[in-house]
Amino acid sequence: MNGLTTLHGMPLGEIEALLDAGQRYAEFVQSGEAIRPVLAGRTVTTLFYEPSTRTRLSFEKAARSLGADVMTFVPESSSSVKGESFRDTVLTLAAMGSDALVLRHSLVDAAQLAARWSGLPVVNAGTGRREHPTQTLVDALTIRQHFGGLAGLRMAIVGDIANSRVARGHLSTFPRLGMELTLVGPPSLLPPANPWNVPILTELDAVVGEVDIVYLLRVQRERGAAAGSSESTYTRRYGMTAERLPLLKPSSVVMHPGPINRGVEIDDAVADGDRSLILRQVSNGVPVRMAVLDLAIGKSE
Amino acid sequence: MIVIENAKVLLATGIEETTVVVDGDIVASIGPVVTHNGARVIDAAGAWLGPGLVDLHVHLREPGQTWKEDLDTGAAAAAAGGFTALVAMPNTQPPTDTGARAAAARERAAEIDTVDVVTAGALTRGRAGAEMAELHAMYEAGTRVFTDDGDAVPGAGLLRQIMIELAGLPGAVVAEHAEERELTAAGHLNEGAMSALHGVAGLPSAAEDVIVARDLVLAADTGARLHIQHVSTAGAVALIRQARLSGLTVTAEVTPHHLMLDESALSELDPNLKMYPPLRTSSDRAAVSEALGEGIIDAVATDHAPHALAEKDVPFEEAPRGVIGLETAAALVCSALGDDQRKFFERLSMAPARIGGLDRHGVPPQPGSPANLVIFDPGRRWVPRSFASKAANSPFLGKEMVGKVLATIHDGRITYEDGL
Repeated sequence: MNGLTTLHGMPLGEIEALLDAGQRYAEFVQSGEAIRPVLAGRTVTTLFYEPSTRTRLSFEKAARSLGADVMTFVPESSSSVKGESFRDTVLTLAAMGSDALVLRHSLVDAAQLAARWSGLPVVNAGTGRREHPTQTLVDALTIRQHFGGLAGLRMAIVGDIANSRVARGHLSTFPRLGMELTLVGPPSLLPPANPWNVPILTELDAVVGEVDIVYLLRVQRERGAAAGSSESTYTRRYGMTAERLPLLKPSSVVMHPGPINRGVEIDDAVADGDRSLILRQVSNGVPVRMAVLDLAIGKSE
Repeated sequence: MIVIENAKVLLATGIEETTVVVDGDIVASIGPVVTHNGARVIDAAGAWLGPGLVDLHVHLREPGQTWKEDLDTGAAAAAAGGFTALVAMPNTQPPTDTGARAAAARERAAEIDTVDVVTAGALTRGRAGAEMAELHAMYEAGTRVFTDDGDAVPGAGLLRQIMIELAGLPGAVVAEHAEERELTAAGHLNEGAMSALHGVAGLPSAAEDVIVARDLVLAADTGARLHIQHVSTAGAVALIRQARLSGLTVTAEVTPHHLMLDESALSELDPNLKMYPPLRTSSDRAAVSEALGEGIIDAVATDHAPHALAEKDVPFEEAPRGVIGLETAAALVCSALGDDQRKFFERLSMAPARIGGLDRHGVPPQPGSPANLVIFDPGRRWVPRSFASKAANSPFLGKEMVGKVLATIHDGRITYEDGL
């Protein structure tokens, strides 16, 4: 594995290997055992063109835990980054001695281009509205830990599907791992077509009692108008409210990639309740990223 | 003197295997000749001979962006592609929107002796869509095709005024790039399966259809001659078909890439597959292909849009739109039309010459006709590895083509030959 620009098309064996390594690192972290510094002497540079403190910090902690030096590049202007300067930045960071790049970018193909331009392994920390591979791995591991496996499980992804890189990433990987996905959201926040051939619904109640996992997406408040409804209407139709909780199957769980909007897409009682895997998702963030850095960068020599 | 023997010649009366003799800048005779008197003799057995190809839609980037292309390299690309006449789009820097600029473009084009280049005029000043360009002054300077290509005229009121003006000028054509910007502003590829998959904003086919519908209504209303550029949707085809049936004189063109490719090519986001209108669905592709076969779409035009290598080696969403097309068009159209020599020349030469008012082009060879000709071998296989164009932004680079231009003759001179 040379970098992780995409999970799309990655052999299932490699995905399983990443999840197995993530599980091992989760156990190491839990037990406090010493971790082999597989990235000692190597420099991992994080390059985030969009704000994401959580993902960036978890990558940086993961890299340091494996013995790497970490450089953090903060673009001066994240909104008007043009292709030419992006390319120059990538080449500059390579020339400064980076051994790998961790990249978040609003453009869909930024990770592949950065890898081609720099010749370095690139780990995709979220690109465009296309994918967020380490979030998909974190969620896969979380599901595996809770249910013992992924095959045969049904998941409803709820909310702003059209603008969600997490949803698109899950859509291209989870069905390959044997899961059945359903999309739920307001019509104006659904994708314009259905290349995944999954059920697409506009009412959460139509499916909430049938799925094993209700996966909530963050309501991006600036897009509220586009959803054609007020926040309270959204919450009533698509929120995981305390009233809706009893509709879930007894074994079902609620997940969310964070950060959560309490009272909008999720009620306190659900977020903090025993059906929520949200904190488990957060705690898997660092070990999964350790696994990715180990397998995608550490052994590339 | 050039003597072309054994070709299948497209004559006004039909297709015949015969000999064509070119003398000076005209066709001197059709039929066997005994003595060649030191003439260049070409054995074109198995190949087609017909009028030189005419492209209603090219971007030659001069003036203003000559790092992408200029008239000389554009002309070389045209000759290599079998073309003897080009209509250059006015979206240069500055745009061709005044009588003086139209005259200057004409003067510069006169320096090119390998292909006839005529320049279209902008419909609106600065192509800004706000006020009428100098339509009459450009017409007096010889302009016949008027377009804001790259954009449609945004307002129906202004477009109607423009159409009323141009309806009074014989031979003037309003050529529209049908794209409603309110529906496409953020888009980079067809809105549909691939835009959903990649999470990249798309251009809905409705954005093309609403402009075509509006323009057809206004053309009927004003009597203007309307030409729809690069038709890409089944909806636009249906609208044009219906307008034709109701008696409206409207013409249309399609590009080779919309005939040969659809959005499924974009499972990887290759900037050399980014163009506007975008590659549509397979059923759109089938519709434009069928319409070209029937003649509802009259002509193939390449929308040759050169960009430098570095300009396209950027993220898909930042890449400039457009692909080159002059050097691969003949092969692709031959494949799309299924080896039909008559239709090949009708769609790539006669129809575009008629639409663009290019009298010396699109004329099947006959004694005394202008010697603007192409020899094309419909069975020759080849792979484009480099181009005469300055640019190489083609989705067909390195892909096998069937059908090759063997020679192009412009005003009686061989401007290109390969493999004779």
